[in-house]
Amino acid sequence: MAKVTIDGIEIEVPDGTTILQAARMIGGDIVPPAMCYYSKLKTSGGYCRTCLVKVSKGSEKDPRPMPKPVASCRTTVMDGMEVLNITSPEVLEARAGVVEMLLLNHPLDCPVCDQAGECHLQDLAYEHGKAETRYEFPRREFEKIDIGEKIQLHMTRCIMCFRCVKVAEQITDGRVHGVINRGDAAEISTYIEQAIDNDFSGNVIDVCPVGALTDKTFRFKSRVWYTKPVDAHRDCPTCTGKVRLWYKGDDVARVTARKDTYGEAEEWICNSCRFDHKKTSDWVIEGPTKVDRHSVISSNHYENLRMLKASIDRQRESLPHGDKVNLGTGALDPNNEEK
Amino acid sequence: MGKKILLANDHIEGIRFLDTYRKNGGYTALEKALKSMTPEQIVEEVKTSGLRGRGGAGFPTGMKWSFLAKPEGVPRYVVCNADESEPGTFKDRYLMERIPHLLIEGMILSSFALGAKTSYIYIRGEYFYVARIVEQAIEEAYAAGLLGKNILNSGFDLDLYVQIGAGAYICGEETALLESLEGKRGNPRIKPPFPAIAGLYGCPTVVNNVETIAAVVPIVNEGGAAYAAVGIGNSKGTKLISASGHINKPGVYEIELGVPVEEFIYSDEYCGGIRNGKKLKAVVAGGSSVPILPTELILNTAAGEPRLMSYESLADGGFATGTMLGSGGFIVMDEDTSIVKNLYTFARFYHHESCGQCSPCREGTGWMEKILHKILHGHGTLADVDLLWDIQSKIEGKTICPLGEAAAWPVAAAIRHFRKEFEDFIRNGEHVNDVKHYYRLNNLTAPIN
Repeated sequence: MAKVTIDGIEIEVPDGTTILQAARMIGGDIVPPAMCYYSKLKTSGGYCRTCLVKVSKGSEKDPRPMPKPVASCRTTVMDGMEVLNITSPEVLEARAGVVEMLLLNHPLDCPVCDQAGECHLQDLAYEHGKAETRYEFPRREFEKIDIGEKIQLHMTRCIMCFRCVKVAEQITDGRVHGVINRGDAAEISTYIEQAIDNDFSGNVIDVCPVGALTDKTFRFKSRVWYTKPVDAHRDCPTCTGKVRLWYKGDDVARVTARKDTYGEAEEWICNSCRFDHKKTSDWVIEGPTKVDRHSVISSNHYENLRMLKASIDRQRESLPHGDKVNLGTGALDPNNEEK
Repeated sequence: MGKKILLANDHIEGIRFLDTYRKNGGYTALEKALKSMTPEQIVEEVKTSGLRGRGGAGFPTGMKWSFLAKPEGVPRYVVCNADESEPGTFKDRYLMERIPHLLIEGMILSSFALGAKTSYIYIRGEYFYVARIVEQAIEEAYAAGLLGKNILNSGFDLDLYVQIGAGAYICGEETALLESLEGKRGNPRIKPPFPAIAGLYGCPTVVNNVETIAAVVPIVNEGGAAYAAVGIGNSKGTKLISASGHINKPGVYEIELGVPVEEFIYSDEYCGGIRNGKKLKAVVAGGSSVPILPTELILNTAAGEPRLMSYESLADGGFATGTMLGSGGFIVMDEDTSIVKNLYTFARFYHHESCGQCSPCREGTGWMEKILHKILHGHGTLADVDLLWDIQSKIEGKTICPLGEAAAWPVAAAIRHFRKEFEDFIRNGEHVNDVKHYYRLNNLTAPIN
């Protein structure tokens, strides 16, 4: 066991635990954000650098601080280690820098992106980013690629987290998915756009933190915040069959894996469950999903807009001829988009 | 004339070949080591010599060797990093094409000292003909019984292989080199674990530069203490310096560590002064990634003492007023050089060579290049200089491998010491024509954007 202090909170964790895992055991605000680390995928993490923390004391034996910020997802704790995350301005500054870099080549197409509303990059940018970009050059662009019939890859949105590559390596058999090219020209690719023919390939959609890999059976069907998540299961010969159904009205709009607090799939699901079983009668409904954190589906960030609209409405009523003045508050109505 | 250790026999005709090399004292260190020394004694000698890694970082070699894990039943590897790709550095190429047997003898000694049965020399793809030379030398050594089974009847076996890279700067980073050697994409690994614990194929591995490994030969031959007697302070022995730029005599020089920088630039023994009688403007002292220094700071430290060619003296003053010895790529710039153009060239290089694994380097290097490109085309603003400064600070120290730093340091140093030149460049329109000329000269096509 090792005792580690993160932002002044002490916790005892088993040896070999990473700083990020220890922080997740504590929970709350001090958990560093992670865009590439995925606890269910071996060797994931270390690439995005959003989880950088400062180690102000290496260990009980060697109390020297680490000279550079370290990736908390890949650094294991030592007994007596002291870690600064949100209490260190240096870390917050570094993180803001990383967020800016991640957004540099990311298109601002959230209004037409299927991931919007459950996008980790959106959350990250909302929490740590700046309102404006200082980047004034064209962003990199790629053609969309179909990976098989059901999955679409849109590299333009990719932030190179390598999670899907790890899925392809570790969950599906036969490596058919990797990275080509170098530097900011690097892209996720299959072998000459070959279809990934595998029962579990659909999981690349679930692990993608942004809208680079999307479910073609759900593309442009609905904004996620108009769908209602419901936990369900079925007797599946390939996987455990424990899934989350997203209802739009009475129809199952899409099927995904169940995700935990940190947006990670609890259990991998097979392509048959994901793409082919979209009738309520296919499933045993367990009940509505409790929605929190990485989601605008429940009450959330858009709450501010409602308050703003209410305030403008009040002012309009106080005007002498208020009912004749159009202040255009319709655009602020979060439910207005699909009316 | 300074003492020469590695290049002492460089002038001899045919030293490339085994028989001439042996006639001039070659492989005597190997005979001595195999007959009369234990591996531990060699490691001790290297420790005593105070030899430091010649690839750029300057980490004590003996200490690196002593970190090597030695679990039972697991093979260990010695890998020679001959992926010399730092712009401005060409010393390893010179050594390998002139005296390849020095490297091979060093590899056998190092492998013996560290208990490796298989060793590799990883040569960069652009050095194809150098790889041929080394391969020929290895064949000669095999034929003479210096490699293979039972070397010189000592019972020590070693197989030595040359592996050619595909031409990526990043593969000079030791873990990326190991990945590449394993046949994978040359991406740096996340450390820890360090190669000394889990390196090539997950086994304990030592990765050393060509010059470091070659230096093991004289250390074994004459003893660590004799090697340590050369040099100054903690910078022991000699160092190969690749001198290039606006000097009268560019080339590879072996210097005794501690030669004053001024002497190195102006004496006829070394660089022979600035070309065409111009004045010195700036020096990049250790390969393109180390901070550039203006004349007053490269010749003398901030405290006014003469700066010497040694690890400590060049680093004196930290990055505020100092630099690094690095890999010894000594690039001299005369008064006509534009630091802005020079920095653009460096930034373009690092953008091109970033591997794309971690976000600050992947995105930041491209961003810096684009801003410099914009400045170079006369569209820059004064705010761009501050932006460049900010971007480099967001890259430095935030990345997996040192490429991030290598890309950030030159930008930081150029702005730190030559901010006025950047501002002048941005304010003065006439430079624009000059840039077009520069593009024509270099056969570069249209701007990026």
